[in-house]
Amino acid sequence: MIGLEHYLTVAATLFVIGIFGLFVNRKNVIILLMSIELMLLAVNINLVAFSSFLGDLVGQVFTLFVLTVAAAEAAIGLAILVCFFRTRGTIAVEDVNVMKG
Amino acid sequence: MIQADLNIIMPEIILSLFAIGALLGAVYTSKDKMGPMLVWATAGVFLALALWIGVNGQGTNPAFGGMFVDDAFSRFAKVAILLSSAAVLVMSQEYMQRKGLLRFEYPVLVALSVVGMMVMVSAGDLMTLYMGLELQSLALYVVASLRRDSARSTEAGLKYFVLGALSSGLLLYGASLTYGFAGTTLFSGIIQTATEGHTSIGLLFGLVFIIAGLAFKVSAVPFHMWTPDVYEGSPTPVTAFFATAPKIAAMALFARVLHDAFGSAVSDWSQIIALLSVVSMFLGAFAAIGQTNIKRLMAFSSIAHMGYALMGLAAGTVLGVQAMLVYMAIYVTMNIGTFAFILSMQKDGQAVTDIGSLNQYAKREPGKALAMLILLFSMAGVPPMVGFFGKFYVLRAAYDAGLAWLAIAGVIASVIGAYYYLRIVFYMYFGEVPDETLDKSHSPVLWGFLMASAAIMVLGLVNLFGIEGAAAAAAATLVN
Repeated sequence: MIGLEHYLTVAATLFVIGIFGLFVNRKNVIILLMSIELMLLAVNINLVAFSSFLGDLVGQVFTLFVLTVAAAEAAIGLAILVCFFRTRGTIAVEDVNVMKG
Repeated sequence: MIQADLNIIMPEIILSLFAIGALLGAVYTSKDKMGPMLVWATAGVFLALALWIGVNGQGTNPAFGGMFVDDAFSRFAKVAILLSSAAVLVMSQEYMQRKGLLRFEYPVLVALSVVGMMVMVSAGDLMTLYMGLELQSLALYVVASLRRDSARSTEAGLKYFVLGALSSGLLLYGASLTYGFAGTTLFSGIIQTATEGHTSIGLLFGLVFIIAGLAFKVSAVPFHMWTPDVYEGSPTPVTAFFATAPKIAAMALFARVLHDAFGSAVSDWSQIIALLSVVSMFLGAFAAIGQTNIKRLMAFSSIAHMGYALMGLAAGTVLGVQAMLVYMAIYVTMNIGTFAFILSMQKDGQAVTDIGSLNQYAKREPGKALAMLILLFSMAGVPPMVGFFGKFYVLRAAYDAGLAWLAIAGVIASVIGAYYYLRIVFYMYFGEVPDETLDKSHSPVLWGFLMASAAIMVLGLVNLFGIEGAAAAAAATLVN
């Protein structure tokens, strides 16, 4: 029987993979965008699992909002990335280094 | 029923409609030629809304089943957000025009991010919180990379976007856990399940993730790494905007989540906030010492200032929230004046951000140097400037709440931090004779903001312009 904790474990694993993707990846900014998307989808699994477990629809409404915002976020991320590529001619993470923070 | 709800969020609706109308109007007519006019129009709408909210607002009005709350606390934050955004817009007009950056999108994006901030400070539900936060952040990512042909500006936008999205992800994960373990997303429901000593482990995890996400937005250490780069890379007027309104909104949202949703479990979060506060103050003070770029210096200065504001929150009392609000209002006023000065720093029409260029500045423009001296003293917390009273308030709140160690750490950090503010004063009055000097600026707008801000720092010590009373009323509605 698949219970709530199984869903939560999957979501937590995906979330951690997403965070690792952000910090470990040194190659490509597109992969950063994919990692961000993975984190948001992990959250969605969490919300839907809780929603079904609690018998409460609010979680699924929340999921729809998150999906919408994730789409807008990806669009803006890609737009900024295109501008970046036009000025620098590269999208490697190592090259995001004009300023040292 | 729905009519009453709509009336409560009418300021937000008006501002959204204005932004959409301005966008459509500009696209279908003269595009960027409308930029200057739109900047003034947007600033005018901000002022009108601030006046309306400040004068008309009364009592506590929940809308949409408590998902959106209009109370004294949110009104205080909204008026501060609207006024500071209007000031920054008016200040930025000339600089943006000179650089050819005054596209019509700029005022529209600022208006949209202000809508997001107004929703944030009124959030009564995790969903409202998230939507407001994202509306604000998405607009700010675009504004940061407004100078599309500059490597620095696009890099600033990219860094801000990636780290901002990460923080939203953390916050959202916390929100999902909170929802699961509290069974509701309404703050009024969460506060009943999260009571002192009975908070479930899942709810605590959710709280920690939410705090981490919000700490990113207020740029508290250890979530501050985006701040110096974004401040340095963005066009200066955008930096001025980042340093003011979004900080008030994020800090007010922080207070609202902690007190409205987790207000009955103060001991669970007070230590975390105290830790964030103390590391922010010290990192802000130490890291700013070696900076030669005044925008980066302001970034570290804002990190340190956020540490002091968080000290008020860590107290977890009415006095603490009041101190935080007063501190933020003073901080924003000082920053507007300082950025008016930074915007006027230029040589041969090029903006200059190097601190070394300020050598012997007082000989050439004594009036502006004196105003800047007052502002820098105020930021360092030297009495009798108003900045000292802001610090005094948060220190007293922390001390009264039994966090004496935090108050002592705050005093030490402010002494260290005073060094880099006073270093600029030293350059201006006693520096070496520079090879090349800054142009005399002839902008009456920037001069006016600089002088007004400096005057407030001196005259405010009479009664802080009555802001204490408003902040006390705001804090009293939030903390129960």
